[in-house]
Amino acid sequence: MRKENKNANYISARESRKISRDNRRVTDQLEKRLNRQHVPESEYLCQMRDPKNVVEFDRLSTSFFTDIGVVKAVNGVSFDVPQGKTVGVVGESGCGKSVTSLSLMQLLQRPQGQITGGEIRLNLGDKAIDVAKTPSYVMQHVRGNSVAMIFQEPMTSLNPIFRIGDQVDEVIQLHTSLDKDAVKKRTLEALEMVGIASADRVYSMFPHELSGGMRQRVMIAMALSCSPRLIIADEPTTALDVTIQAQILDLLRNLKDKINASIMLITHDLGVIAEMADYVVVMYAGRVVEKGTAKEVFLSPAHPYTVGLMASKPVINREVERLFSIPGSVPNPINMPDYCFFRDRCDQRFDRCAGPYPCEVQLTATHKVCCWLHEGAKGGEAK
Amino acid sequence: MTDNILEVRDLVKHYPIKSGMFGRVVGRVRAVDGVSFSIPRGSTMGLVGESGCGKTTVGKTILRLTDKTSGSVTFDGKEIFNLSKSEMRSLRPRIQIIFQDPYSSLSPRLPVSEIIGEAVKEHHIVPDAELDDYITQVMRACGLQPYHKDRYPHEFSGGQRQRICIARALALKPDFIVCDEPVSALDVSIQAQIINLLSDLQKQFGMAYLFISHDLSVVEHISDAVGVMYLGTMVEYASKRELFKKPLHPYTRALFSAIPMPDPTVRMDRILLKGSIPSPANPPSGCKFHTRCPNCMEICKTVDPEPRDFGGHTVACHLYDHGTP
Repeated sequence: MRKENKNANYISARESRKISRDNRRVTDQLEKRLNRQHVPESEYLCQMRDPKNVVEFDRLSTSFFTDIGVVKAVNGVSFDVPQGKTVGVVGESGCGKSVTSLSLMQLLQRPQGQITGGEIRLNLGDKAIDVAKTPSYVMQHVRGNSVAMIFQEPMTSLNPIFRIGDQVDEVIQLHTSLDKDAVKKRTLEALEMVGIASADRVYSMFPHELSGGMRQRVMIAMALSCSPRLIIADEPTTALDVTIQAQILDLLRNLKDKINASIMLITHDLGVIAEMADYVVVMYAGRVVEKGTAKEVFLSPAHPYTVGLMASKPVINREVERLFSIPGSVPNPINMPDYCFFRDRCDQRFDRCAGPYPCEVQLTATHKVCCWLHEGAKGGEAK
Repeated sequence: MTDNILEVRDLVKHYPIKSGMFGRVVGRVRAVDGVSFSIPRGSTMGLVGESGCGKTTVGKTILRLTDKTSGSVTFDGKEIFNLSKSEMRSLRPRIQIIFQDPYSSLSPRLPVSEIIGEAVKEHHIVPDAELDDYITQVMRACGLQPYHKDRYPHEFSGGQRQRICIARALALKPDFIVCDEPVSALDVSIQAQIINLLSDLQKQFGMAYLFISHDLSVVEHISDAVGVMYLGTMVEYASKRELFKKPLHPYTRALFSAIPMPDPTVRMDRILLKGSIPSPANPPSGCKFHTRCPNCMEICKTVDPEPRDFGGHTVACHLYDHGTP
């Protein structure tokens, strides 16, 4: 038994060298494309399918070329983020939700991490670009300006040796042509906007002098300082206490309306999603398994994974004898099966599930699910 | 008295703040400042609170992993801080702990059978000849396969590692386990597996748990009684049903209302607390919660409220100074 198991994960040094050689060939080519200078705009400009959307992910595939094989971290993900709305992306760790957002920012760990297929159409107002084809030097101006990101760990995402003011100033200096005093004024405004009472004092403080909640507020101030069209919040409250989480969520909700931005909220906490999101995208093992409005997904979940996820979370004032638990764990990302990735953990699997990966089935105008259970259901038709 | 496996009375733990060349004590961090509770045999007590409120210190002090400043901890009728070294050693297998982070609490150099078996051998729980079978049996009970024995911790996922930690604690046949945030580092679907495992094992072997967590919904699911801590003191203590049906302390209420509900149709009237938890090195005077309390009165700023007992529901708040709520 044990020997078999060892063999399944074992690769020789020779095999590993061959894999990394092949990988380098692919990544070198992709890198070269991204690092070009003076690329004509026509190459990466594109048309939004719906001009009301800020971002459209269209069959995005992102892979990591590792020495033990190619990991398809994101595998054909499509969803839209409409203007002024909050889209919640939910899933377990390793399901590709963070990689999706990093692809949009072109912040993947390069050269191993590469966008290998699909489009990410980003609406910049007067024009739209396809991030998958955009060279790095153009992305530099987009990042932090049109799209900003709030990271999970406010402890590690601020530089410990610079004062808060300098760090926020830097962002504004990079993206505007204001003079020094105007930059400082704007920083103080941003700090006040996120509910920091003594902005003057915090301006000259170091990160270690602030509490976790305050640091996260500074991160939000930094993200908002250039009035982005889209804010990506990657687990913004996971490291915080519940009472502080409530403060930060409240703040995000109010600010979003104030500057009319969209939020792409990435979290594994279903409660946070239910409270914040207008639309919900459920991801599993690099694919979208279900998407729809928050009401549709929470009140009538269609995919067995979504159903299981909701049943496995204990809820206050809902007594159950035993929590539902999804058996097993996520499959190995290097050798993904060719049938539905969730089949081996699913309690509703049937003969059909042994077939190819299920197509997206439309249940209502906004509610879509990838599962054979719903094939041809409710008048929807498979693409 | 005898049906309580653990009794904690007025437990105080202060950490000195030292400074200067001679390590002069310049202040004290009041990590735990007078906490009392008792846990009946085979039951679970939940301990909730924000980070820095002293809940982990309570767990550590109960195990005598750190010394107390004052107060008493009675385990099975014996005051554990009066025990000699050898007496303490023979008591150790009966009190176990499961830590929060399964990534750093397992030795990367030992195979699983060693991790689980080391303490079993040390304390002669089973004869050496039966050790291997015993480990297999414990691993089965925790949902691990016998062929996992020769593997090392890095070959396991987070959920499986937490199962190893549980097996390690369980192998010593303890009467009482301190679970210090055992599921906080895990995914939701894995969380449910571990919580179910813990409650199954409790039914099977009848241990008592002290379940420390900041996640109220998990605590509600697993506990029989719940204590809410704030800045080193227990502000409210009651049976689970009582506490969740009728929270009395303003802090407990705020904590409850802060939990996001996984239902988009529910809009809660949220009590937003201002600011964050004050430093335990310099706690506010009077009621420690008065700086953030929405119902703060004049008396709260100067007088520390005594815990009051309303038929098993203990609360420390000046709102209930005059009669029942």
